[in-house]
Formats: sequence, structure tokens, C-alpha cells
Amino acid sequence: MDRVRLRDRQVVWIAAVLALLLLTFSVLRPGSFATSFNLLNLVSDAAILLLLATGMTYVIITAGIDLSVGGVLVFSAVAATKIMETTGSLLLGAASAVLTGLAWGLLNGVLVAKGRIPALIVTLGTLGMSLGGALLLTGGVDLRAPGDLNLGLGLARWLGVPQIAWICAAITAVLALALARTRFGRHTYAIGSNAEAARRGGVAVNRHLIRVYGLAGLLAGLAGYLSLAKYGITGVSAHSTDNLQAIAAVVIGGTSLFGGVGTVVGTVIGVFIPVVLQNGFQILGVRPFWQQVVVGAVLVAAVYVDQWQRGRRDQ
Amino acid sequence: MSAPLLEARGIVKSYGQVEALRGADFTLLPGEVVALIGDNGAGKSTLAKILSGAERPDSGEIAVDGEPVVFGSVEEARSAGIETVYQDLALCPDLSPAGNFFLGRELLKPGLLGRLGVLDNAAMRGRTKEACERLGVQLKSQAAPVSTLSGGQRQGVAVARAVTWAKRVVFMDEPTAALGVLQTQRVLDLIRGVRDSGVAVVLISHNMQDVKAVSDRVEVLRLGRRVARFDTARVSMEDLVGAMTGAIEHENGR
Ligand SMILES: Nc1ncnc2c1ncn2[C@@H]1O[C@H](COP(=O)(O)OP(=O)(O)OP(=O)(O)O)[C@@H](O)[C@H]1O
Ligand SMILES: [Mg+2]
Repeated sequence: MDRVRLRDRQVVWIAAVLALLLLTFSVLRPGSFATSFNLLNLVSDAAILLLLATGMTYVIITAGIDLSVGGVLVFSAVAATKIMETTGSLLLGAASAVLTGLAWGLLNGVLVAKGRIPALIVTLGTLGMSLGGALLLTGGVDLRAPGDLNLGLGLARWLGVPQIAWICAAITAVLALALARTRFGRHTYAIGSNAEAARRGGVAVNRHLIRVYGLAGLLAGLAGYLSLAKYGITGVSAHSTDNLQAIAAVVIGGTSLFGGVGTVVGTVIGVFIPVVLQNGFQILGVRPFWQQVVVGAVLVAAVYVDQWQRGRRDQ
Repeated sequence: MSAPLLEARGIVKSYGQVEALRGADFTLLPGEVVALIGDNGAGKSTLAKILSGAERPDSGEIAVDGEPVVFGSVEEARSAGIETVYQDLALCPDLSPAGNFFLGRELLKPGLLGRLGVLDNAAMRGRTKEACERLGVQLKSQAAPVSTLSGGQRQGVAVARAVTWAKRVVFMDEPTAALGVLQTQRVLDLIRGVRDSGVAVVLISHNMQDVKAVSDRVEVLRLGRRVARFDTARVSMEDLVGAMTGAIEHENGR
């Protein structure tokens, strides 16, 4: 009973921290922070990271990790650009980004589940392969996205909010529900909690792990396409810390690195805390390097709380 | 005599250098309670896992109702009506009792939602509560994860789960290890009840009082082989201990 309350409390706590941050910045700079323009900025900065972090939430709940997301994102963006250059079809570009991401993710999953190689090593390897592959394909020079993608989806809005943000929000919402309410989600928790017990309970553990890593890869591929639309370039050297940002968001959001525990809702908050800090510090004129310091401290605190709860449980 | 409900012949299982089972036999007749006893490391748990589909033997034969079967997975053993309380309980600590109870056979909502894989948590909670209450397992909250339960409560959940699902056989690998006197008594009563409902029980235990109190027959494993079989009514404590330690040998392989 205790621990449920603690866990729930953790999401409430970080939600409170986020609310406090928003409030503080709005009070300190009412004219610039709490404007709809700035809030939209926040949302669209966070949107693409949200996709990566949602996939990462699933992976970490299985007691795994995916370091490859940034590389897969870039590789998928490059693949999509090449396809769009040759076919001229944006739709084929999107499909190829998603499928490329899925393929990398499935490769991760197969190596982790069947190869019994630690996820840390597998995904560190595929991070290197995908980033290196993207550099090989592009010769290290960023490719430009087709103009109708960058000026179309990249700028399009619904109800004043960027379409990209809507897409990311919708996918995140669906995956939040899937994790909390479906059999797929239940098996994800079960595997992270006790993989052997899940297997003896009749859960197809290997197949499920492959699907979870496949999902994370697919989301990274989609993120590659969306970031291509948003920034107009493949960004071959801009995504080497995406994995750390995503992991930080997931962990700040209360998901346990030991597996078995976590929510997408927490991850959403965990994505916004660093983004709000960065934006707020910019507006306040605080040197932006502070953001890294503060996020690092929050991250350590979040893991400390998790350890402490585990310790109490395992006594 | 009718064919045994479950029979194993010449089961061999090694873990690397360790030979856990070296040609073990096992027989279970319909509707009986068999105690499977043996020293620590004799291979009892390994045999139970193999006969529940959780591990695959290196060699040997298994038959259900006299028909040879190969259990490639837990599901295949389950569909033969076999359920197991594992020695380590095989519970997911972060899931609720109901989550564990229905692990691998979750109930889905009716209609479209169900086809999308949406869980029917209310129904699962209700049925778990019912089953636990029937077996006298007290749970303060249905929502709390299993990690917050006491060792005895966890054991209760694992026992209730296996007994509820079993159609033909329940393996219980030291189901009373974490239980107090009263709860142990309750599990023994439960075993009798299960047998009376027509489900055979294999009880693995180090407690000879319990074995004598509840079993119809005893099979003894030693160093990965069955070394003796007894009718409980006609066996003395000395015989049981002698068979386990190797002082007496009744049967070699066969
Ligand atoms: N997963 C495993 N990996 C390696 N060795 C194992 C494994 N499982 C069992 N063994 C070995 O196989 C032998 C038999 O183990 P098993 O657990 O079947 O014994 P047991 O009769 O159940 O003992 P206990 O009464 O202590 O529970 C032991 O020597 C054990 O070390
Ligand atoms: Mg054992």
C-alpha cells in the first residue's frame, strides 16, 4: 500500500515541481514567459523529444535501455531524404523513415532478447552504427529536406499549435493508454518486474522485448521525419545526446531504471521540466549552462528517490 | 490399472557441469496426492519445472494419460491442465495480486476495446479477491503491488493462483515454507480439498509431518534419480529418512 502511494506521490511531486517552475517564471517575467508565443515554443521544442522519451519509457520499464535513439533518428531522416530526393514523394519519405527506425529497433530487440547481449552494449553498438552509417550516406554534410516538407508540415498549424506537436501529443496519448490499460502494457511491466516469472506465466518474453525495442525504433524513425520537417536538415551531428535527454526525462518522470515501474504521464512531465528550465533561464538572462547543472541535479535526485524506495521494498 | 495421469521416465537435465537430474522417473495417478521428497539439491524443483513446461529436459520421456507429450512451453503444460507453485513463487513484485493471478491469461474487456487489448481490471480484481478469500488469503488492498505483501501472503497468492487454474495437476514446491502453523494447516486442508475435487497434487516438502499428514504416496529423489516409492500409510519416518540419505535403496532406475 505504502509504495503505491509513494509512486503516485512521485508523479504528483514532479508535476508540482513543473507547476512551480512555470509559476515562478511567469511571475518573474510575466510579459515574456507566460505569453502564448513562448508557451508554443516550449511545446514544439518538447514535442519531438517526447516521442523518443515515450519509446524509452517502454524500454526502461522492461529493465532495458536504448542508447541508439539519436542515431536511429538521424539515420531515418537521411534515409527519408534520399527516398524523397529520388521519388519526390513525401509520403514515401515518411514511410521509409518509420520503417528504417522500426528495422533498427527490431535489430536492437533481437540482439537483446535472443542474443542475450546487455541492452546497454547492443544499443551503444547500434548508436555507433546508425550515426556512422548516416555520416557515410551523407559524406558528413547535412542533407536538406524538400522545401514542401519544411514549409508544409514544418510550419503547419491546427488551432494555432504546430501540427508536429499535435502528432506527437496524439501518439504519446495513445501509448500512455496502451501502457496503462492494455495487455501489451501489462506484459511490459511484468517483464521488467521479473522476466522469469513472466515467462513461467506464459508471456512470450522474447517476442515482447523485440516488439518494445521495435516500438522505440519506430518512434525514433518518426521523430527523424518530424525533425526533418521542423528543422529542414538531417542534423547529422545534432542528435548525439538525444538518448541522454530522453533517459533523463523518463527517469525524472518516476520510471525506475530497475524496470517494472513507470508511466508515460510522468515522462511527459519529465520532458517538460528541462525544456521549461532552459526557456525560463534564457528569458531571465541566466546563463543557459545552469540548465544542464540543474537538470543533472534533478536527475540524480530522482534516481536517489527510486533507489531508496527499492531499498525499503527489498528489506 | 488405468494409465498414470502423469509419468516421467529417464529425465536427464544438466546445467553446465551440474547434473540436476540423471534419469529421474516419476509417476502420478489420477486423484492422488504424491509427496516428492529428497535432500537439498536432489533435483525436486528441477523435475517440477520440467513437468510444468518451464524447463526442457535434455532427454527422457513424459506421458500424460499414457500419451507421450513434449512440453515446449509453460502454455503447453497448462493446456494439459498442469499448474505450479514454484519454489521462488514466480511472482512479479511490481504487479498487483490480480496482475499476477492473471499473468499470461489476462481478461480483456468485451467488444472492440477487448480486441484492442484493453484489460478488464475490475473483473480480474473481483475474481482474484474471490479466489483469495476462498483460500483464506487476507489482502488489505487489491491495488497494492505484491512487493508490499508479507512472505506468507505472497505464498498465499501463488498457491491460490495455481489451485484456481489447475484442471488436473498442481505442483506445489514447498508451498508452506513461509507459513505459520495456522496457515500451513490451511494449505494442507486446501491440498485435501483440491484432491477431493479431482485434481492430483504433487507436494514437494521437507516437512515429514506434513508429508505424512496429507499424502497418499511418497516418491523419493536422491542425486537426480528416483530411489524409492512408498504408500504413506505403510511407511515409517525412518524409511523416509533412510531413502533420502541413501541408507536404504529400494529402486534403481527401473
Ligand atoms: N538454473 C540453474 N542453474 C544451475 N544449476 C541449477 C539450476 N537449477 C538447479 N540447479 C542445480 O541442480 C541441482 C538440483 O537443484 P533443485 O533446485 O532441483 O534441487 P531441489 O531438490 O529442489 O533442492 P531444494 O530442496 O534445496 O529446493 C542443484 O545442484 C542445483 O545447484
Ligand atoms: Mg527445490
